Amino acid sequence: MELFIQQIVAGLTSGAIYACVALGLVMIYVSTDHINFAQGEMAMFATYLAWALIDAGVPYWGAFGATVLIAFVGGLFIQRVLLKPLETAPVLSLVVCFIALLSIFNALAGTIWSYTIKQFPSPFPPKDIFGDGLVSVQQLGVVAVTLIMLGILTVFFRYTTLGLAMRAAAQNAASARLMGVRVSWMLALGWGLAASIGGIAGMLVAPIVFLDPNMMTGILVYGFAGALVGGIANPIGAVAGGFIVGVLENLVGSYVIGNELKLTFALIVVVGVLLLKPAGLFGQVIVRRV
Amino acid sequence: MAALSKSWATKSGLPLTAILFWAAAALLPLAGSIWEDPSFDYYMFMGQSMLIYAIAVLGLNLLIGFNGQISLGHSAFFAIGAYTAAILMNFGGWPYWSTLPMAGVICFGAGFLFGFPALKLEGHYLALATFTLAIAVPQLLKYKAIAGWTGGVGGLLLEKPDPPWDLPLSADQWLYYVCLVTAMVMFWIVYNLLRGRSGRAMMAIRDHAMAAGTMGIDTALYKTVTFGISAGITGVAGALSAITIAFVAPDSFTLQLAISFLVGLVVGGMASLPGCLIGGVFIVLVQNSAQSISDWMKVSFSLRYDVPAWAIYGVLLLLLMYLLPTGLAGGAASLRGALARLTASGATPREPAVSPNQQKEPSR
Amino acid sequence: MAAILEVNRLSAWYGPIRALFELNLTIEEGGVTALLGANGAGKTTTLRAICNMVRRSGTTKMGGTDITKRSTEDIVRLGVAHVPEGRGTFVALTVEENLRLAFHIRKDRKAAERDMELVFAYFPRLKERLHQQAGTLSGGEQQMLAIGRALMLGPKLMLLDEPSFGLAPLVVQEIFRILRRINEHERVSMLIVEQNAALALELASHVYLLETGNVVTSGPSAMIRNDETLRKAYLGY
Repeated sequence: MELFIQQIVAGLTSGAIYACVALGLVMIYVSTDHINFAQGEMAMFATYLAWALIDAGVPYWGAFGATVLIAFVGGLFIQRVLLKPLETAPVLSLVVCFIALLSIFNALAGTIWSYTIKQFPSPFPPKDIFGDGLVSVQQLGVVAVTLIMLGILTVFFRYTTLGLAMRAAAQNAASARLMGVRVSWMLALGWGLAASIGGIAGMLVAPIVFLDPNMMTGILVYGFAGALVGGIANPIGAVAGGFIVGVLENLVGSYVIGNELKLTFALIVVVGVLLLKPAGLFGQVIVRRV
Repeated sequence: MAALSKSWATKSGLPLTAILFWAAAALLPLAGSIWEDPSFDYYMFMGQSMLIYAIAVLGLNLLIGFNGQISLGHSAFFAIGAYTAAILMNFGGWPYWSTLPMAGVICFGAGFLFGFPALKLEGHYLALATFTLAIAVPQLLKYKAIAGWTGGVGGLLLEKPDPPWDLPLSADQWLYYVCLVTAMVMFWIVYNLLRGRSGRAMMAIRDHAMAAGTMGIDTALYKTVTFGISAGITGVAGALSAITIAFVAPDSFTLQLAISFLVGLVVGGMASLPGCLIGGVFIVLVQNSAQSISDWMKVSFSLRYDVPAWAIYGVLLLLLMYLLPTGLAGGAASLRGALARLTASGATPREPAVSPNQQKEPSR
Repeated sequence: MAAILEVNRLSAWYGPIRALFELNLTIEEGGVTALLGANGAGKTTTLRAICNMVRRSGTTKMGGTDITKRSTEDIVRLGVAHVPEGRGTFVALTVEENLRLAFHIRKDRKAAERDMELVFAYFPRLKERLHQQAGTLSGGEQQMLAIGRALMLGPKLMLLDEPSFGLAPLVVQEIFRILRRINEHERVSMLIVEQNAALALELASHVYLLETGNVVTSGPSAMIRNDETLRKAYLGY
């Protein structure tokens, strides 16, 4: 029984990371109606920037804050410069663009900092909470930060006018313009926020899985699975989905198929959810009158 | 993309340029017997790779360019084709040439099966599903439980076939011909498919699925079958690559491979058959020059580490999306069209009524 | 009377196809102007061109300010509310969210809250369905919501594109009654595009008649109403 609880807890803690990544994906989906394949690599790149700052002597929280800001500006820049010209292009062009960004960020990280693994410091002390190796402060910290970000985003989207404007701009750009919303800036804002969230996710993950240019690819896929399970248009759903996927992954890995087929498991989850319940467990089904 | 409907689809017979191209390609190995260049076999190997990638891109193009679906996961079908050939040759003792149709059939099945769930997915979601497929496959191939068949992490070593009947060719020259004939068959199949009713149905689905459905086209059937054929073609390319390289290993079939197919497609030109060949040539050229480009960049920009091929692919994709979205073939066609109009009537060329970049996909 | 909107030599294109040919329009402040004509006459295009939603040439001035080169959203912020063809409902948002979106550009929160009460006074049904997903509303209710959204912007000029489209006659009458009240009580000038000429002529004080992108005739609505030849030729009754 104790082993089972350990698995659940381990699942929740890895789930927190997936939830964090899922939040960034939801952010982009809600504000731009797109799925950002480059989200993982952008997060990784931001983490490398933080590493570079820390390596240069900047204290942890200073580097953290600077990275969040730089990521925000970077995300804004990407939307305004690279994606705006493609606003009316077919879906395929956008997907190709995201894949291009994925490749470039991965390559840039490898070129600037090499592919050798690096250590990334954690702001949390390396202690265990309940003293017996069940949960470390680090793991709890990841969960806490994820939930705090979720809280902020939920309040932002549901209760602020700016959040409403962003949702409107993503859902119906033409009508949003007719309500005076500066749609292009809303999209840019969405990207900026998503990039910042991604950076935070990366900085939380790196102490655990170690920093290397390929660290986010597998996690990204789990982030997708989590976002889909919970509902890709719904921040709360996505976070819940991330936790669920984390726990499921651990349980299935321990008791059913072993730890070597984790990505295949993610694939099954992704395809399964897309087929059976594309709006996710907590997603809204949108009724459209013809 | 509606503006790219081809005139060859309605004319009878093969375009002259196609005949000339294939003839030239067939004569290429004989140049080696004349030149007596010791590294000629290496050029033959490059030629094989170019043809293999051209076939792989052909499969992808059928799906994306002519049928309007999307796949970031064709590396998976390439891998299935490669491993089918490897396993049949290694454990079944099958002769190499017989593994090609088998790989095609099995990959058709895999693609058809994947096509069913793909029916319910559009645009971004289908891209996501295939993206996940591409990432899952290398890990799946390393799975210890099936390592008895797949060779696990280390992969499988194969024997390189010899030319039959004591022909006066080197192994690489012979394999070049194998690749060439396979490519010709694949292109011929697709060419005829596209010129017939099926092709028009496929393209109708691409341009306006709802309208196609109301005209009596069974969109579900066409889309799944197209997925199957597309996967089958790419699978044959995979089998060829197993034979020519004489080696299969999981890490050869990563997301990067799928992205290189995409680059070949975009560079060559979507919905363009000659574009597939251009794409195939291009992928191999980039692969081969990646190291030299990296060395040059390291020197010019005082970089400490190598520049991976990812970077080149990524930058190219972006540039092409903005500057030349119809690829090199499309660009050449536009040029030809513009010249034709100039010389025909002496009038200034007009822009097409709807350019591909102005079309927005109908809402999901 | 002062002109709230002056349109000079307005031409518009959809790609290479030209839809409007150097139109001149003047919308009087405080009044209701109707834009009538058959299908394809260019009525919707005119409204879109005013809001810079299509490729156009010519000048547009609102209350003296040149808005020719401004973006759609900036024109809205200057006081033009466009109720588009098809209503433009945010189907995934609730009725309340559809209305509250206007708060994004209203600087005076108190005035905006008052306007919300006003919208409920005009359209009590919207208040009943406040938390319902807007996509589930009937056609008439969505039209009311669209007009409500426009009112929430606190506009000086409202552009309405076929408000009667697809609605039952009783609903249409109710809506036009409300439009008249809005025009008179809130002093919102209106430019209405309509296929239902009779209704439009009743509401409007001034009329422009369009045919294939050109103004055929214009004048007080009484004049058009009483001219049988004109009515028969262009309005079908």
